[in-house]
Amino acid sequence: MHTAISLRERSQVNPLARSVFALNALAFVMATPAGAYTAYVSNEKGNSITIIDTAKMEATKTLLVGHRPRGIALSQDGGELFICAGDDDLIQILDTKKLSITGTLPSGPDPELLILSPDGKLLYISNENDNLVTAIDVATRKIVADIPVGVEPEGMELSPDGKVLVNTSETTNMAHLIDTQTRKIFANVLVDARPRAAQYTPDGSELWVSSEVGGTVSVIDAANPKVKQKIVFEVPGLSKEAIQPVGMRFTHDGKKAFVALGPANRVAVIDTATKKVEKYLLVGQRVWQLALTPDGKYLYTTNGVSNDVSVIDVASLKVLKSIAVGSFPWGVAIARQ
Amino acid sequence: MIFKHGIFAAFFGVALSACAVPAVAADNIDVKAAFIRAPHMRETLSILDIPAADDGIAGAELAVEDNNTTGRFLGQAFAIEDVPLRPGDDPAAALNGLVARGVSFVLADLPAAALLALADAAKGKGVLIFDTDAPEDSLREENCRANVFHIAPSYSMLADGLAQYLVWKQWRRWFLMKGSHSQDELYARALAHAAKKFGAKIVEERTYEDTGGGRRSDSGSVQTQRLIPVATQNAPAYDVLVAADESEVFANYLPFRAWDPRPVAGSAGLRPMSWDGSHEQWGAIQLQNRFMKRSSRRMNARDNNAWVAMRMIGEAASRTGSNDPKIIRGYLTGPDFAIAAFKGQKQTLRHWNQQLRQPILLGDGRMIVSVSPQEGFLHQTSELDTLGFDEPETKCTLQ
Repeated sequence: MHTAISLRERSQVNPLARSVFALNALAFVMATPAGAYTAYVSNEKGNSITIIDTAKMEATKTLLVGHRPRGIALSQDGGELFICAGDDDLIQILDTKKLSITGTLPSGPDPELLILSPDGKLLYISNENDNLVTAIDVATRKIVADIPVGVEPEGMELSPDGKVLVNTSETTNMAHLIDTQTRKIFANVLVDARPRAAQYTPDGSELWVSSEVGGTVSVIDAANPKVKQKIVFEVPGLSKEAIQPVGMRFTHDGKKAFVALGPANRVAVIDTATKKVEKYLLVGQRVWQLALTPDGKYLYTTNGVSNDVSVIDVASLKVLKSIAVGSFPWGVAIARQ
Repeated sequence: MIFKHGIFAAFFGVALSACAVPAVAADNIDVKAAFIRAPHMRETLSILDIPAADDGIAGAELAVEDNNTTGRFLGQAFAIEDVPLRPGDDPAAALNGLVARGVSFVLADLPAAALLALADAAKGKGVLIFDTDAPEDSLREENCRANVFHIAPSYSMLADGLAQYLVWKQWRRWFLMKGSHSQDELYARALAHAAKKFGAKIVEERTYEDTGGGRRSDSGSVQTQRLIPVATQNAPAYDVLVAADESEVFANYLPFRAWDPRPVAGSAGLRPMSWDGSHEQWGAIQLQNRFMKRSSRRMNARDNNAWVAMRMIGEAASRTGSNDPKIIRGYLTGPDFAIAAFKGQKQTLRHWNQQLRQPILLGDGRMIVSVSPQEGFLHQTSELDTLGFDEPETKCTLQ
């Protein structure tokens, strides 16, 4: 809490942060009520999960969980939240009704990110320390497969048809495409330095991979896994080193993509068809992961350094509000209730 | 046992090739590197700083493992040969044997003169050298060489990184205390240059004479406690005591013992460095964990420089599909090269002298206090170029 307070105090004298606050305050007046969903935000340093009521756009509760929670994922029905507790070397299961930890899953050391199979039966986890993607049977809570990948596995993604599991490896600089049936890699695609998130377009035709250090997004042809285009970012007044793409989300209609640019404190809005950056939305500091509300109307961003979450209105591309959360917010997932 | 290993190797080979087949269709290539290293002084003031037997090479070996993890998807295999020199050994002589064995990439942890001799001996032999330790600015300026890449930051980069922070703290009046060896003088000059560059003032420069003697003693603190106040007495008013002691003679004695209650920086206290065992930000904890697991000790700056050097070779090989030093050099010096090395931003090469651009960590050996460049020190191309000699001032002509 001390960290949070002092950072907020400091941000008040930061002219950049002040303009964000002003913008948010202005926009909030115009905000319309959102659908009543629940957003979960993992606070990496707070060792907690902040729960946000998306209708009110307010934090309602903070739950203490395991150490260094980062990647989080919801079960199909939203009843369970799987939390990578990196410093505890395990996955915690949070019952979202009881709001208590009901179990743990073995994960191997330092789990960071995870994704649930479409049928909800398997959880795929990236294990940074062992260069493995681990598949866990959720029902039996047993590891069913370890798939060797590159150095420092990170981002996890599944193709819309569930046939391809994608893992990015931060030091190998590849996207590994894994057949979910055989659990074998069938393609390795080199991308720019330190790949983080991987995201399929909703129609499954393209796989986008963000490279944090390289500063680019690689667009990979899903049918013929090769990089067909690279998207670069330029923000006036910012050095190229400050532009560090991490989290990505496509609008439900697939027409626009949002890319969080880390210490550039902005979310880029990209036209999916032309790959042109249309807009940079100023959010909080070190914007990291993104999640859309289930109705696709609002985008939530975790801003690690400013200890808040920004809410973006997808239709108007305006930043509506920033919501104070715990220390160093990292992951975000939004449930229907 | 041999039989068992054979089966294992065959099985492992099949497993690997099964992985590699669908990947980028490249011919299998071997990338051979060597690590030539001269012994480092074991006479350190703190026993925590006594170098381990695998100092430096441990970092390179970890990067070889990392490169091989990537390499199995690309049909590339990396290896490094450890070449520890004894006092008096000629690095150039060692080079000939390496070249005969097909080594094209040499990581060098050598004093400046030996590094220069090695670079000149390697000329025309198709060998690239990666300086993982020598911080002398002369190696990047008047004595720069086209076959040498500098992974270690220079004295001027270290000094500038420290100066930016001290100026940001408004500690502008420096009492500079330097050792009596030539290496200490080089660091002192870099610190004086940094003070001038960023608007600090050296209110006094004093030499601490090395009168000889060992560093280990059972009741040394009793004497030191009386010695250091006297050595630092009667200085004009100052904000920070800056030490230039590359020879491990006095700097670590200064904190808590100096006459005036002032913070210490430079060779002790708040030190500028390229890496430290306490650095964990930007995913560095992952590298620290891997290193600890493998070597049962913390990764120091020399280990890390060697890791970065070997990763640069791996990165260039995976991007170009080649082990040809000409092609590797072309990639490293070209516009597409950038390496992720856990310091919060991409690191690239200064094309004019082949120095790796990098943030400078400032820490006390237990925590990282700050990372330079500091906010507000602006530059027209890269803020990292506020650290060290910039392109317009360089004396380097690569050849």
